[in-house]
Amino acid sequence: MNVDRITEKLNILADAAKYDVSCASSGSKRQNKDKGLGNASNGICHTYTEDGRCVSLLKILFTNVCIYDCAYCVSRKNNDIKRASFTVQEVVDLTINFYRRNYIEGLFLSSGIFKNADYTMERLVQVAKKLRLEHNFNGYIHLKSIPGASDELMREAGMYADRLSINLEMPTEEGLKLLAPEKNRQDMITPMNFLKNEIILRTEEKKLFKKAPMFAPAGQSTQVIIGATPETDQQILQMSDQFYKGFKLKRVYYSGYVPVLSDSRLPALNTAVPMVRENRLYQADWLMRFYHFKVNEIVNQDNPLLDLDIDPKLSWALRNLQSFPIDINKADLQMILRVPGIGVQSAQKIVAARAFGKLNWEQLKKLGIAVNRAKYFITCNSPQYERRDLTGTAIKQYILAGSQSKYIKNSTIQLNLF
Amino acid sequence: MTTLIYDGTFEGLLTAVFEIYEHRLTHVRMQKGEWHNTALFENVIKVVTENSRATRVLKGLKQKLSAQGLQRLYAAHMAEMEGEDDNLVGYIRYVFDAQQNIEEDYGNKYVMRVSEIVRMVRREKHRMEAFVRFQELKDKTFYSAIEPDFNVLPLLIKHFRNRYADQKWIIYDMRRSYGLYYDLHETQYISLDFATVNPGNVISAYDDHEAVYQDLWRNYFTSVNIPARKNTKLHLRHVPKRYWKHLTEKI
Ligand code: SF4
Repeated sequence: MNVDRITEKLNILADAAKYDVSCASSGSKRQNKDKGLGNASNGICHTYTEDGRCVSLLKILFTNVCIYDCAYCVSRKNNDIKRASFTVQEVVDLTINFYRRNYIEGLFLSSGIFKNADYTMERLVQVAKKLRLEHNFNGYIHLKSIPGASDELMREAGMYADRLSINLEMPTEEGLKLLAPEKNRQDMITPMNFLKNEIILRTEEKKLFKKAPMFAPAGQSTQVIIGATPETDQQILQMSDQFYKGFKLKRVYYSGYVPVLSDSRLPALNTAVPMVRENRLYQADWLMRFYHFKVNEIVNQDNPLLDLDIDPKLSWALRNLQSFPIDINKADLQMILRVPGIGVQSAQKIVAARAFGKLNWEQLKKLGIAVNRAKYFITCNSPQYERRDLTGTAIKQYILAGSQSKYIKNSTIQLNLF
Repeated sequence: MTTLIYDGTFEGLLTAVFEIYEHRLTHVRMQKGEWHNTALFENVIKVVTENSRATRVLKGLKQKLSAQGLQRLYAAHMAEMEGEDDNLVGYIRYVFDAQQNIEEDYGNKYVMRVSEIVRMVRREKHRMEAFVRFQELKDKTFYSAIEPDFNVLPLLIKHFRNRYADQKWIIYDMRRSYGLYYDLHETQYISLDFATVNPGNVISAYDDHEAVYQDLWRNYFTSVNIPARKNTKLHLRHVPKRYWKHLTEKI
């Protein structure tokens, strides 16, 4: 093994892959087979980057050579950077050796497009195939599907990978036209549709024949870059909603644009990464997927942008004060889930625990709810509750003031520590 | 107030519960460890672990708790968290005194506390599943040292066995001086004598490729960072400093 050469390749091709934020390794049920290596059922984050993101998979590009020139991408054809390409065997060796040391859950392999879509996709499939068939590797494999690759290759990819993803890149077709004029949204939607149908078909098959092979058991996901083009949060979340429903996507990832290139079509180089906005989009996405919120309850014509200073659930509650306060000892689970400061687990515990007796503030606090937020929206087994008829603005100020002081307290502790 | 001194085992704890009911004790305090003859307090009972008694209590628990509930209680005790035995005994007594299954009565302080303990233990278990870093030795055994906050090694067996079925491995709890060894067939508890191991031997015991992959991993860890998004507070919350010394990428 030429250590220096591999190290250089890994540096270049990991660096180029890092802007793809999806890193999940959950959702698969692949078991260890015949005493082989690994399984893919846990979704563990083995470490976290210094920017606080989960590191679960070896996330690399097969190559950063690309025939396209997408404005937002560091690997674009006309960007003057060092290029490198792995061989199939090199990726296989890295994956196996990292996995054996418990560094990773598996591999996330993406690639620049060299020659053409099929040629590129073929390499990615070869890596997955080799891992599965020659090394009996049962860890997690996420392959990027290259738009325009043949159905045959897509199908083969699904046989070996746990998850497949095709990035929409931009929330809207107009955005894509502006920044990646050579690309075509339809080329992304066609394979998504193909995979959706294939996954449904194979799942049906698996129900009938237990032995039928798995097909992309962790489903498909996509990513959109936010902040590079002027879409509103309403446009973005409606797009997500439509793709969750229409294509049965497991996840939509939102990647705040990191200004790496200077181009008149893009935000200037010194623009900050929209991290708060990105976080709010994820929170909104969670509300849709786990809290049964409808997209137009979160964003709509009157509120096309998410609040940056408060989370979307609190935001919704403040716009709908007529629905509160609710009695925590009587309200149904769906409504409890909508209370700011109460998460899914706490909500379920509340419903289980109140069968034994009515709950008071002390007990609610113990159950893990953020009373300083929730107190404006609930009553419980206590004569104390928020009696003032507060406006939404007032509540927001109280809550923000509360969390502000908490923040200041924390930071003085930090000052003492470092 | 009666103090019950027991040997720290789960069977011992269950035997203690038996005695509490036998002597109709109400206010009790649990203490782990040796019986010292010098400390002649009146209200001290030395619990002698007795399997027949423990089994009877266990049988009772099985009737009143779900299989999962019992597992959780067991894991909570095994974690060996300082000063929690009183809460565990309180929980067991509440289980027996109540008519129905009280596992989800989170309004009760003992039920709540056990659920908190279990949550902490689970988190530590998950951390270890994530933070174990194997190093390949010359004989192809993969070795890892850990120092978990609580005693979670027994909870790790299933995960690592299922995952690393085709390699020999050792996970060693440095703080509690015992480890797990999987030899491709079975998993067993072992203890290593580090005093007799010569440091020179340890280094030569590593496989030639080991240093290469450690370097590659460190390189990878640095490459995936996006400096423009730096967030140290978040990083430290996920990877607390006390775990760093066994993490290849943080050494
Ligand atoms: S096709 Fe992919 S790799 Fe190539 S420039 Fe566009 S985004 Fe970058």
